[in-house]
Amino acid sequence: MQIIGNNGVNIEVLLVEDSPGDVRLTLEAFHGANPAVHLNIAADGAEAMEFLNREGKHARAPRPDLILLDLNLPKMDGREVLAKIKTHSILKTIPTVILTTSEAEADISKSYQLHANCYLRKPVQLDVFESLVESINDFWLTAVRLPQQS
Amino acid sequence: MQILRTEGKSIEVLLVEDSPGDVRLTKEAFREANEAVHVNVVADGVEAMAFLNQIGNYFRAPRPDLILLDLNLPKMDGREVLARIKNDDSLKTIPTVILSTSEAAADIEKSYELHANCYLNKPVLFDAFDSLVKNINNFWLTEVTLPRQEQSVLVSN
Repeated sequence: MQIIGNNGVNIEVLLVEDSPGDVRLTLEAFHGANPAVHLNIAADGAEAMEFLNREGKHARAPRPDLILLDLNLPKMDGREVLAKIKTHSILKTIPTVILTTSEAEADISKSYQLHANCYLRKPVQLDVFESLVESINDFWLTAVRLPQQS
Repeated sequence: MQILRTEGKSIEVLLVEDSPGDVRLTKEAFREANEAVHVNVVADGVEAMAFLNQIGNYFRAPRPDLILLDLNLPKMDGREVLARIKNDDSLKTIPTVILSTSEAAADIEKSYELHANCYLNKPVLFDAFDSLVKNINNFWLTEVTLPRQEQSVLVSN
C-alpha cells in the first residue's frame, strides 16, 4: 500500500543538491521507494530560498513536506539555508534533513544547533544510498506525523 | 549487528512518560530492538528537567542520546519541556522526538514550531507500538548521525 500524504496529493520533497549524480540517484531511489513522492530540485542555496519563498521561476512552487539539504552548496551555503529556514516563522516547521558527505563533528553539532531535524551521512556506495532513501521514506514519510500544509 | 555509540557504551534514551503501561511497552520493545539501549524513565516534566540538568537525585544522570517526550504530562507540560530543551544552548542539540496520542493539528504544528525533531503518534495497538519503537531504533539510533556526547566526556574526565 502506498501512503499518500496530505489528502491524497503528492508528497513534495525539496532536494537541495548540486551534484547531478546524487540528484539522479535520489530520484531513482525515491521512484523505487514511493511513487507518490514528487522530488523538486534546487541546485544551490540561493535557488532553495527562491523555491521556499516562491520567487522568480519558482512562483508556483509547492510547500515541501520534507527538505533534504546538502551542506556544501554553491552561492549560499547549506548552513545558511538551514539557519534561514529554522528562524523563519512560516518555514521553520518544515522537517529539514541534512544529507551530506561531511563527517566533521563541527558540522554535525552546528546542524543540530541550528535545529536541523536530523543529520544523515550520504553514503558512497549505491546500494547503501538506496537503502538510506528507503529509510527516509519509511520514517519521515510514513511513520512521522508531518505538519499540515498551511 | 548492534550499533554501539560513544565508544562501546550503551545508548542512553530518556523516556518522559507518565503512563506505567506505556513505559513498560517501550522498555520491552527496546530490549528486543537493541540491547545496547538503556531506557531512563522520568514520569513528569519537572523530573525530566532535573534529569537533563543533573539536579538532585539526578546528579550522575547521563546525557541522553535521544529524548522521547510525551506532550501531556503532570507538573510541567511536554510543550514546556520541549521549549526549555530547544532554548538551552547545551541541551538543544539532543534529538527530541514527540511521542503522543494527540492527533490534533495544533499539537503537531506547535511541536515543530518549538523545534521538536519529529512528531510520532503513539499507537494504541500493541503490535503497532512494538513496530514504532523498532522504527525509532532503526532510524534514530542506526541511520542518523547523532551529535557527540560532549557533556559526558567532560564529566568522566
